[in-house]
Amino acid sequence: MLFRFISPKTSQKIMKTVFWASGILTIIILIIIIGYILLEGMKVINLEFLLSNPVDSGREGGIFPMIISSLYVTLISGLVAAPLGVGAAVYLTEYSREGHVIKLIRFGAETLASIPSIVFGLFGLSFFVVFLGLGWSVLSGGLVLALMALPTIFKVAEVSIDAVPESYREGSLALGSTKWQTVYRVVLPAAAPGITTGIILGMARSISEAAAILFAVGAAITVPISIFDPGRPLPLHLYIMATEGISLENAYGTAAVLVIIVLIITIVTNTLVERYQKKMMGR
Amino acid sequence: MNNRLEEYLIEKGLFITAISSIIIILLIITFIFIEGFPAIESYGVLNFVFGSTWAPLKGDFGVLTMIVGTLGITFLALAMAVPLSLLCAIFMAEIAPSSMRRILKPVIETLAGIPSVVYGFFGLIILVPFMREQFGGTGFSMLTASVILTVMILPTIISVTVDSLRSVPYEYKEASLALGSTQWQTIRNVIFPAALPGVITGIILGMGRAIGETLAVIMVAGNVTQFPTSVMDPVRALTSNIALEMGYATGIHYNALFGTAIVLFFMIMILLVAANYLHYKKKVVIGGGYL
Repeated sequence: MLFRFISPKTSQKIMKTVFWASGILTIIILIIIIGYILLEGMKVINLEFLLSNPVDSGREGGIFPMIISSLYVTLISGLVAAPLGVGAAVYLTEYSREGHVIKLIRFGAETLASIPSIVFGLFGLSFFVVFLGLGWSVLSGGLVLALMALPTIFKVAEVSIDAVPESYREGSLALGSTKWQTVYRVVLPAAAPGITTGIILGMARSISEAAAILFAVGAAITVPISIFDPGRPLPLHLYIMATEGISLENAYGTAAVLVIIVLIITIVTNTLVERYQKKMMGR
Repeated sequence: MNNRLEEYLIEKGLFITAISSIIIILLIITFIFIEGFPAIESYGVLNFVFGSTWAPLKGDFGVLTMIVGTLGITFLALAMAVPLSLLCAIFMAEIAPSSMRRILKPVIETLAGIPSVVYGFFGLIILVPFMREQFGGTGFSMLTASVILTVMILPTIISVTVDSLRSVPYEYKEASLALGSTQWQTIRNVIFPAALPGVITGIILGMGRAIGETLAVIMVAGNVTQFPTSVMDPVRALTSNIALEMGYATGIHYNALFGTAIVLFFMIMILLVAANYLHYKKKVVIGGGYL
C-alpha cells in the first residue's frame, strides 16, 4: 500500500484534508443545485404565478391547479398511509414478540420501500385506475402515493415508539390501565413528535413523486374539485414543462416551488426531532 | 368483559394494519405478473430477457439493451458516488467538529429530499449543455445520467454508512488510539473494517435507488435502445422504457412494458436478498436505511 512509504503523521494530515474536502464538496454540490434553481425560479415566482391558472397549456400563467392537485394527492396519501403505518408500528413494538410473522412484516415494509416508483405507477394504472375503476383522478394518484409513503411512516414511527422509556408503560399498567389505554394515553402522546416527523417525511415523499402517478392522475391542467377529478401535481407539471419544452420559465418557477417545499420540510422535521430528543433525554 | 372484547378487537385491527404492506406487495406482484406474463410467454422468456432488439411496431420485445443501459448507468454512478460518500460519511462520523456536523446533517437530508424531477431538470438545463460543450455529441449520454444519479444516491450511502460507523463500539477506537495509532490509522485499520458490512449494505441500497430511478434518467440519458460503445453514448434504462412508452402502448406492447417491470422487479429482489443476508448474518444495523 501507498501508506507504507509515507509516515503516519503525514498520511494523517493528507487524509484529514481529503476528508474535509469531501465534506465541503458535498455541501457545494447542494448549494450549486438549489442555488441555481432558486436564483432562476425566484424571478418567476410571485403571488400571481402561484394563484393563477396556466394559459396556453402552461406557456403563460401560473401553477394554481398544480398546487391544488399536489395538496390533494399528498393529503390523500397521508390520510391513508398514516393510520396503516402507525398502526403497524404500534403492533410491532407493543403487541408482538419476535417471530417469523414479524420478520415477514419487516421484510414486507422493506420490499415496499425498495420497489421502483415506476412499478408503483404501473400497479396504480392496472389496479386503482382500471381494476377498481377509479379512473384518472387525484384519488388514484393519492392512493398510489400512500403505498409509497407507508414504509417511511412505519419505519420512523416504529423507531420513535420504541424510544419511549419502558417505565412509562409500567407506570400506566401499574395504575390499572389496559394495554390499549396505555398505548393510547401514554405511549402515543410521548412518541407524538417522532410519529409526526414520520408522517411529514412520508408525505414529503408523496409531494415530490412524479413517476408513480404518471399513469394515475391524468395530467389535466384544470383545478380538481372532487377527488374523482384528474389533476397534475407539481412534479408532474415540471416533468411535462421540461421534457416537452413548453416553457423554461414556468419550469424554473415550478422547480423552485418544489425546492422551497423540501427546504421547509427539512427545517420542520429537524426542529421536531431536536425537541423530541430533548424531551426524551432531559428526563 | 366489554373491556376485554375491546382490547381483543383493537389488537386484531392493529394486526391487520401490520400485515397491510405484505398484502400490498402481493397485490403488486399479482397485477404486474398478470399483465406482464402474456408478453413474456408469447415472445419467450429468453428472447425477452436476452433479445437485443426492441421494436414494438414489428413485435420485437428484447430488453437486453436496456438491462445493459440500467447496469451501465448504475455502476458508473456507483464508481463516482461510493468514494465520495464513504469519505464524506467518515468525515461526518469521525472527523468533523460538531458545528460542521450540524451543517452536514440537513445538507444530506435536503439532498435526499429534492424531487427526482428537479434533479432531472437541473441535469437537462445545466449538465447536458455542459457535456455537449466539453465532449461533443448531443450531451445526452450514459455518463450524464450517471453524474445526476451520483448526486441522488450520495445521501443514501452516506446516511447508512454514518449509522454503521457510529455503531462501532467506542472501546475499539479507544484501544487503537491508546496503542499510539493516528486517527487515520484507527479509521483505516479498526473502525472502517468493523463497519464494513454496514457500508456494503449502504452501497447496495444506493444501487437499488439508482436502478429504480426513472424520470431523472429519462431527462438526460438520451433513451436510445442500442448497446453503448462508450460512456458518451445515449442509453435507455428499463425504468425509462416503461415511462416513455406506456402513454400510447396497446395490446402486447402494453403487456411487454409490464414485462419490463418484472425484469426490474427481479433485479431489485436480488439486491434486497443480498442486503437482508448481510443484515441477518452480519448483524448490520441499518438505521433509517431503505432502498
